[in-house]
Amino acid sequence: MLKVKNLHACVAENKSIKILNGLDLYIRKGEVHVIMGPNGGGKSTLANILMGRPSYEITNGEVEFNGKSILDLAPDARSHLGMFLAFQYPVEVPGVRPWQFLKASLDAKAEANREKKISVREFTKIFNQKVEEVGINSNLIKRSLNEGFSGGEKKRNEILQLQIINPLLAIMDETDSGLDIDALRIISDGINSMRSNQRSFLIVTHYQRLLNYVKPDFVHILVGGMIVDSGGPDLALKIENSGYKDYIK
Amino acid sequence: MLEAFDKLGIPLHEREKLAGVAVDAVFDSVSVATTFADKLAELGIIFCSFTEAVQNHPDLVRKYLGSVVPYTDNFYSCLNSAVFSDGSFTYIPPGVKCPMELMTYFRINTEGSGQFERTLIIADKNSYVSYLEGCTAPMRKSSQLHAAVVELVALDDSEIKYSTIQNWFPGTKDGQGGVYNFVTKRGRADRSAKISWTQVETGSAITWKYPSVILKGDNSVGEFFSVALANNHQQADTGTKMIHIGKNTKSTIVSKGISAGKGNNTYRGSVQIMPKAENATNHTQCDSLLIGDKCGAHTVPYIEVRNPTARLEHEASTSKVSDDQLFYLMSRGLSEEEAHHMIITGWSRDVIKELPFEFAVEASQLLKVSLEGAVG
Amino acid sequence: MPDIFFSHSIDQFNILFNNAKKKSFFDSKVNEIKNIAWDYFLSTGLPLHRRGNEEWKYTNLNPLSETKFTIDADIDIDFSSITKLIPFSDNWHNIVFINGNYFSKLSENSTKTNDINIVPLSSSKLPDEFATLANPDLSPFTALNTAFFSEGIIIEIPDNNKVSKDLNIVFLTSQSSENLATFPRVFLKCGENSNLNFIESYINLSSGNNLTLPVVEIVQSKNSKINHYRIQLENKKSFNIGTTRIEQKENSNFNSTTFSTAALIGRNDLHVLLQEPHSTCGLYGLYITSGDQQQDNEISTTHVKHDCTSKQFYKGILSGRSKAVFSGKILVEKDAQKTDADQKDLNLLLSRDCEVDTKPSLEIYADDVICAHGATAGNVDMNTLFYLQTRGLDLETAKEILIRGFADEILDRFSPKDLHCFLSDYIDDIIPELRDQSDTIGTF
Repeated sequence: MLKVKNLHACVAENKSIKILNGLDLYIRKGEVHVIMGPNGGGKSTLANILMGRPSYEITNGEVEFNGKSILDLAPDARSHLGMFLAFQYPVEVPGVRPWQFLKASLDAKAEANREKKISVREFTKIFNQKVEEVGINSNLIKRSLNEGFSGGEKKRNEILQLQIINPLLAIMDETDSGLDIDALRIISDGINSMRSNQRSFLIVTHYQRLLNYVKPDFVHILVGGMIVDSGGPDLALKIENSGYKDYIK
Repeated sequence: MLEAFDKLGIPLHEREKLAGVAVDAVFDSVSVATTFADKLAELGIIFCSFTEAVQNHPDLVRKYLGSVVPYTDNFYSCLNSAVFSDGSFTYIPPGVKCPMELMTYFRINTEGSGQFERTLIIADKNSYVSYLEGCTAPMRKSSQLHAAVVELVALDDSEIKYSTIQNWFPGTKDGQGGVYNFVTKRGRADRSAKISWTQVETGSAITWKYPSVILKGDNSVGEFFSVALANNHQQADTGTKMIHIGKNTKSTIVSKGISAGKGNNTYRGSVQIMPKAENATNHTQCDSLLIGDKCGAHTVPYIEVRNPTARLEHEASTSKVSDDQLFYLMSRGLSEEEAHHMIITGWSRDVIKELPFEFAVEASQLLKVSLEGAVG
Repeated sequence: MPDIFFSHSIDQFNILFNNAKKKSFFDSKVNEIKNIAWDYFLSTGLPLHRRGNEEWKYTNLNPLSETKFTIDADIDIDFSSITKLIPFSDNWHNIVFINGNYFSKLSENSTKTNDINIVPLSSSKLPDEFATLANPDLSPFTALNTAFFSEGIIIEIPDNNKVSKDLNIVFLTSQSSENLATFPRVFLKCGENSNLNFIESYINLSSGNNLTLPVVEIVQSKNSKINHYRIQLENKKSFNIGTTRIEQKENSNFNSTTFSTAALIGRNDLHVLLQEPHSTCGLYGLYITSGDQQQDNEISTTHVKHDCTSKQFYKGILSGRSKAVFSGKILVEKDAQKTDADQKDLNLLLSRDCEVDTKPSLEIYADDVICAHGATAGNVDMNTLFYLQTRGLDLETAKEILIRGFADEILDRFSPKDLHCFLSDYIDDIIPELRDQSDTIGTF
């Protein structure tokens, strides 16, 4: 589903800051991959680059999604292909309501894929149902997108979007950080209920604790812009005990 | 006559959709059609062209015309007083809540011409009316002048809500042609009366417009909600004047200015607290949004306080559409243009939500159309 | 009608100008700019017409125009008795101007020290920037200053100098039976990587309707830092119309705090040009007016280049029939991306008859900027007053505390210790008067 080959990237405004230095990653349909690593290792950058954030520049390498090169695509086109990024810091957009925003998102995707747009009635039904499932306060959802949301509420809102947009590949950028245990459970449940043999996950996280709830197929260690080790869930446990010091030169 | 509207593409044909909106259409300052007049008449509401009002209700016209905007007020109001040909007249009798929105569509057809219509709305004691004004002009190369005068008289305990969507032709991308829009709008609020101006200004080459409220009666309320957009070579110079005369008077100003292309947007507002206006309050919020680096945003508030019990607050901010916001929306599948539109409409929501529903939808569409080509 | 006003406003200056003893200057450029200035003033006169004149919309200069002035007076001053009346400290480097002219006898062995050069204007070659920040034809008042100044000073801080002593310039108007017009002129250039604390204070020794028209120009080189304090304590019949112009080069820092009280008409016209990137400027001020006073603050900042930060923060306390104006402006030019600017004017209105006109305006031509402005006007908060009373304070004391508290936010920015003490005492002395002139707080 996702092939990342020898990816090099730097900060667009300051090319001397190199963030990825030859990263390889291969995710098949239905797999859950977890990326761990120390701060500044490039985890979040990878998530953002895959979605096409303009503040980074790709200097070398290739990224394919379902056999199609995506590096020249704008973020919206990547979204239409079925990619999704849950933000570490969801952005506040004053005056825009979540309902309106998600409807527009689905409409844009339907249009790009020449599918029929979902009716307002049907959408509202799904929306309300998901809001309840994810456990978002229904007063909150009447407000502006992310404006005045607490950190945990913002993250839940990302899960809501994940569930409604229904992507093929969900990239979760430290969605678990800053959450209390109940919120963490809701988020993990959200992810687990979305797991299927058609959908893949790339979960960027700092802590092992999310992995108590979500069982990954693969764990990768990202240090210095490269994947330095890969393995199964036990690799995460090992990191939890011994940290990253073995990987840092 | 109504067929003409359809041909010209003015959304008057949507009147079925806008159930319960009475429409008065003014072409080149001549009132051509008034709908629902009979139904309104049952309630004693007068909603007609100015010419008819002069013939049928001379007393009301004589009593109130020029009572808020005297002909000596400024050059353009003087010009209007001298040459105005027609316009729209509304009278709501005491205690009557007008059950439908009243609407006037203004259109300038003739090339190189001026439109000088006059609107007079009187809300008698304890009455209510919501009035909509829409403006369009087809594309013409030479410039046109719109120098209208709108007078509102809100007697004790009444409320007038006046909403405008102004989409006069802004001129070509290079700044050729377009409507010069110099409008004098002023209302007088008597005891416990309320006047509320809401405007979405996307058209005209040059707009000078400062809808004002004279808060004459005690406990009267004045409101001004505005979104003004200046794209290409447009200049929008707009704002409001709140003159607090009575005790416990209250005014609220929310102004949102969007500048794009080589457009320049100026908020110029004046809040005056007169010596006898005990406990007057004003809250002003002016926000500017800049799109591109060739446009300008200016905020010039004049705050004049002659009574120490006044409470005034003025807040302002200037921002641009942030890259983070754009990326967030685009990562959810919205195109750059759609993302811009959504962010800008959201940013303007505090004003747009003040509009009657049908107008709000139109306003949002207008912002989108007016900004085409400005982003990306 | 305009002609009568116009000639009226020019006539007396014309006579003064023609009768004035013409001083000779070392640099011939002086006479050149004086001529430009005088021609300009003859063409404008005083700005008496307010309608349509944005800069003078709110301030009425007729009292000034109707006053007869003279420019000659005896200089007979016992300076030691004066130091109690003004901000003064033996720890400072003190310079004295009398009647608009630099007075070397009373100025500390000043002409040359290691870290600061002070030379009389008449005997020095003019720096290139002289009269380019405050052009002779900038306004009728810079024109008058330029045409009339007699002995000013040029101050130069060499590169890489942290000037240890605070520089204090006292502008005195001497005892006189007539109304004196004075025209002090100061030019200051601060070298690269240098620091200076600079105090200017204005005081009258006579009770006449004196006119003080100072012009101060400050050029700040790269990486320099200046803390500037302007204290205006002239008598309640006088006119003080000051022009201060600052030009900041790269990565420099300018902080100015003004205290304006007294004077029948006071005007503080302060403009900072942020000419190069990465500079910051903070303009703070406290104005206190009572009686029939008018205090006009014209505060403007121009951002020319990127990454500069500026702040304008003024506070006013008004009582009696007085009137104050805050006309703030922040101009952000198109290359000034990443500008961060903030503008605020807060007013405390203590009486029914006072008036404040505040105009915090922004003019922005760059799209990546953060600008915010705000203004408030009102009287003291009744809840707060009540709260203080419930804690056992009597009404009078509670009022005083609130007035003082309002002033403190700006007062605390006067960092030199002796200056802070002086102003703190000064404000304590005038607060009872302000309180007594207030007819609004605690009355409803």
